[in-house]
Amino acid sequence: MSQPSETTVERSINTSHMQISQTDVAIDVINMHKWYGDFHVLRDINLRVMSGERIVIAGPSGSGKSTLIRCVNRLEEHQEGQIIVNGTELTADLKRIDDVRREVGMVFQHFNLFPHLTILQNLTLAPIWVRGTPKAEAEATAMHYLERVKIPEQAHKFPGQLSGGQQQRVAIARSLCMQPKIMLFDEPTSALDPEMVKEVLEVMISLAEEGMTMICVTHEMGFARQVANRVIFMDQGQIIEQNEPEAFFSNPQHERTKLFLSQILH
Amino acid sequence: MTDIGYVRSDIVDARPAPNRTSGPVAWMRTNLFSTPFDTVLTVLGILFLLWVVPPLYGFFFGNAVGPNGTVEECRMINAGACWAYISSEMEFFIYGFYDIPEQWRPNIVFALGALLLTPLLIPRMPFKRTNIVLFLVIYPILSYFLLAGGVFGLKVIPTEKWGGLLVTLIISVIGITLSFPLGIILALGRQSQMPIIKTVCVGFIELIRAVPLITILFMASIMLPLFMPQGTTVDKFLRALVGVTLFTSAYMAEVVRGGLQAIPRGQYEAAESLGMGYWQRMWFIILPQALKHVIPGIVNSFIALFKDTSLVYIVGMKDLLEAVKTKNDSALEWQSANTATTGYLFAAMVFWVFCFGMSRYSIYMENRLNTGYKR
Repeated sequence: MSQPSETTVERSINTSHMQISQTDVAIDVINMHKWYGDFHVLRDINLRVMSGERIVIAGPSGSGKSTLIRCVNRLEEHQEGQIIVNGTELTADLKRIDDVRREVGMVFQHFNLFPHLTILQNLTLAPIWVRGTPKAEAEATAMHYLERVKIPEQAHKFPGQLSGGQQQRVAIARSLCMQPKIMLFDEPTSALDPEMVKEVLEVMISLAEEGMTMICVTHEMGFARQVANRVIFMDQGQIIEQNEPEAFFSNPQHERTKLFLSQILH
Repeated sequence: MTDIGYVRSDIVDARPAPNRTSGPVAWMRTNLFSTPFDTVLTVLGILFLLWVVPPLYGFFFGNAVGPNGTVEECRMINAGACWAYISSEMEFFIYGFYDIPEQWRPNIVFALGALLLTPLLIPRMPFKRTNIVLFLVIYPILSYFLLAGGVFGLKVIPTEKWGGLLVTLIISVIGITLSFPLGIILALGRQSQMPIIKTVCVGFIELIRAVPLITILFMASIMLPLFMPQGTTVDKFLRALVGVTLFTSAYMAEVVRGGLQAIPRGQYEAAESLGMGYWQRMWFIILPQALKHVIPGIVNSFIALFKDTSLVYIVGMKDLLEAVKTKNDSALEWQSANTATTGYLFAAMVFWVFCFGMSRYSIYMENRLNTGYKR
């Protein structure tokens, strides 16, 4: 059971420069509740993410994993409790929401690239118009990140001409072009062919190596084991269990966690 | 026991498709005579064309009286279309009652319009921004003073005298350029989460759409003056213009709303997650995609507007169709069996040329903008 069955990326992470600063709180979620109409999707969520920490959220579908990270950049609104991102509390104040979103990158399951713009335009649009970066500079940054995700030659194509894995790497690069302090990943590999999962995970691992603060909702347990500081297990809108990956996988405490892990790790 | 194991030893290279039999015979066989039923339809179709085309040709060309003909020729028993009538009354069809010595003024407006619009429609032409400012700001002001006069010693020509194609084109061009942005704003307003904006937009759209254009024009010309204080008059040309614009913008709003609904939620979310504000999201992400989806519907509205301009006769304007009708009824010196028919045919052809042009341009634009999913 300790052997992860998911795609394992053969790369060890140098842990020496991955010291987490205990003083820098990146995200603080305090007694947070959320309802969809009458349905109580998120119940009493308490989560503190330190700067540089990498968190993997796992759990069955419908457990509220995606909803939780979508609350962090206010794609979803919470009704009770507090969410504080980089010291800014999320309220209905639109300006504050945009301030937070500028510092928080998000990668979606279905990539959500802008199909009418070229890859380069996808990457430079927000830096130019949201950050006010000069066009030439934004394009240089975009090319830098395209090289990092290893597809600079695709810069002038349209998203529809790229494979799923390439599109997702572009989506990651697009978020990085805004130079975010935090990256949220919402099942980034779930819509990909098995052969393309690896290329996306490699990009995510290299991001982790650089000390990016990350919250990943994913079913890639190999990735969790290799990269995460902490694995959070959710069910029925609640955080059931959280632990360091080693302890989480080898010695789960809660019955639900044990059941879940026995289902996905063979 | 059979051996079910199999390993391919050589990879089959792709090769070109086998040659189809080509040439006119093959084409006819596949397109005209592929089944007995098709053969019957083909024969019937050919018979129909033989029945219809020769008399039409005779009417339009063979027996027609050319532009330089006389009314006597038009009155002959077998005479076809009376093009001489059209050419002799052309000035009225184009300018209406616009003073004849001043007709160079609408001519300049026509020429300038064509000069500014053509490079705007050709994507490769440079200076688009300057071009747009010239066409949307400078050109209307210049045209107004040129046509109406009253400045620089130009003779004042009241809008009552404007007519014909001039009126048709002015109302459609202004109607199209104003109703398009107005329709987009109404569509966005209808999707707004702010209740007052939403209610106003929904109310406006539903009110206007539920009423025939004729009613709106009637209201504008007859009812409006009753509510206005004594002595104030709004030019009836302006009233017709406002009526047509508001009417089309309500339809446009619903077309655009259809496009907005076709945009996946993820596009909004991706734009939001990058920190883009509402107008940035709409301008850069949502509208370009939404409008591209509904180009056929938008052009449909434009074409409808262009043809609906003929309803301004309700408020007493003489647009192209009304100008033709006026001459048909009043030009006694051109009275003949086919005069009125020829007049209406001419009007129909002019309308058709403009509408067909818009339609073809929209297809060209659709293909050009189809980058997103091109492989």
